[in-house]
Amino acid sequence: MEPVIRVVGLGKSYETAAGLFPALKGVDLEIRPGEFIAIMGPSGSGKSTFMNLLGCLDTPTAGDYFLAGQNVAHMDKDALAVLRNRTLGFVFQGFNLLPRMSLQDNVALPLVYSGADKETRRAAAREMLDKVGLGKYADSLPSRISGGQQQRVAIARALVNKPQLILADEPTGNLDSHTSEEIMALFGELNREGITVVLVTHESDIAAHAKRQVRFLDGHIVSDHLTEAVPT
Amino acid sequence: MMLRAMLGEAWLAMGANRLRSALTMLGMVIGVGAVVIMMAIGQGAQYAVQQTISTMGSNLFIVLSGSFTTAGVRSGSAGGPTLNVSDAEAIAELDGVVNVAPTHQGSRQLVYGSQNWSSQVIGTMPPYLEARAWNVVSGAAFGDSDVRSATRVALIGKTVAQNLFGDENPVGKTMRIQQNPFVVIGVLGSKGQNLDGRDQDDTVIIPLTTAQRKVFGTPFLGSVRMIMVQADSADNMSRVMDATTSLLRQRHRLREGVPDDFFMRNLSAAAESEAETTRTMSILLGAIASISLLVGGIGIMNIMLVSVTERTREIGIRMAIGARQRDILTQFLLEAIMISFAGCLLGLFLGLAIALGINAFTGMVIVISGTAALVAFAVAATVGIFFGWYPARKAARLDPIEALRYQ
Repeated sequence: MEPVIRVVGLGKSYETAAGLFPALKGVDLEIRPGEFIAIMGPSGSGKSTFMNLLGCLDTPTAGDYFLAGQNVAHMDKDALAVLRNRTLGFVFQGFNLLPRMSLQDNVALPLVYSGADKETRRAAAREMLDKVGLGKYADSLPSRISGGQQQRVAIARALVNKPQLILADEPTGNLDSHTSEEIMALFGELNREGITVVLVTHESDIAAHAKRQVRFLDGHIVSDHLTEAVPT
Repeated sequence: MMLRAMLGEAWLAMGANRLRSALTMLGMVIGVGAVVIMMAIGQGAQYAVQQTISTMGSNLFIVLSGSFTTAGVRSGSAGGPTLNVSDAEAIAELDGVVNVAPTHQGSRQLVYGSQNWSSQVIGTMPPYLEARAWNVVSGAAFGDSDVRSATRVALIGKTVAQNLFGDENPVGKTMRIQQNPFVVIGVLGSKGQNLDGRDQDDTVIIPLTTAQRKVFGTPFLGSVRMIMVQADSADNMSRVMDATTSLLRQRHRLREGVPDDFFMRNLSAAAESEAETTRTMSILLGAIASISLLVGGIGIMNIMLVSVTERTREIGIRMAIGARQRDILTQFLLEAIMISFAGCLLGLFLGLAIALGINAFTGMVIVISGTAALVAFAVAATVGIFFGWYPARKAARLDPIEALRYQ
């Protein structure tokens, strides 16, 4: 099968006062549809930089990045925004819901930017909220629900535009271990339904939920191996 | 992103910080209100002056006899007037002259029955009414034959009619001027005050010949104190005045180097300069008021900049889920325009209310024009876009990664 993500010699350097600092030094990686992959590594290993590049939030200084067959390494900002909207779903550590909007409006927000009409937005948001088990809170504000529930809403928002893959950046970083397990179980469930999940974490017990683990160190991939996901 | 969804979000954002939105709006309310009030007052003043000018008649100048203005110093011979009716007839033959009216005027006591009233009596000829665009509302004007035979007929202004005749119809009644009986043959239309504030309706107009023989008396029959001349257009005024000067010098046999024995005054020019003064004042008022509009705009910019900083993380989230730069730009611009428009609308109503209040309490003439309101509105919208642009662009150009990390 055609890989969802293929990076070739991907590199990223930052201008610093001390000169050019290479955060990522020529990374090659392929991710196939339906994979559940954990990207691991300590702070400064380059995994966040890699994640930003995968998420089309940043552009590489070297190499190529094919997302769903398209080379996005040299796309402009607006084209990247469209890609983020249609092809990717983000889940962040801090949930990142908009506090003034109801859960339903939060989930529907990506559809606003893709130009869907009001009825479509409402129906899709409802469907996704039901899927993560929070349909009955559709009209509540984010501040009315718990952190674990907020992260479920964020996952619903990531799913609403039927993306090719979900990028989750430390999605359990702000949650207690019990809630973390629940969130990881939800990712596992989504993956079984065929959704590709890329997870960034520095916790090995969280990474253990994934079926493949890629370890970064000093801007390189140092290990890449398949594991049996822990049963959930 | 669709406009309707965006408008909804802008509304939500405004509602999230009501006090701040209201205070920001207040800047625009005061700005637009000030512009509306100042324009209403300025245009009102212009209107009032134009009304007064239009009662005077257009393209007029007067020729005054030399002795009249120089207190007999240069007139020498008998101290009498230097102008006469035949001068007026000669002026009437000039190119570009529409009406010529020799006049002789003074204040006289009027008597009717048990009533008496002092008024300005003008002895003149029929073209006078035409030059001053003065109509007769009841009865009829006198004609050339009345001037020729010096009949004792009079046209009276509204003020004279009210004070002398009260509720009676003056037409056909006989009143006395200087012991001479005059038949009132018509009542003049109302003109109100002139530029000097004199009541133009406090006037009696009689034939020139009658005035000279029965009312004022004159050492030289046919001499006049003043000749009123109307040119056919404003452009022709100076040409006609020059032609009049050389004609009169020739008729009075004045040699080169001898000063004029008459004096000319351009009434329309005086009126025009008065109008120009009000126009300048009006523009000045508007300009000063516009400054408050500018200050209001800066207030919007200030608050939008704070808002962008406060909502950096929100902008990051929106970008991450697919907002393009122009989506973010539009969102913030729309908020600025919304505040500006709402402020403008309130300011418009406030300004109108205050302008009407000024009119009701002080009686000052105000003119509320749709153009002024439209201009204020357009300016406010421009201010909103202009001052909203920079903060909106700042928001749109944020780096999504930085914005997401912002605490």
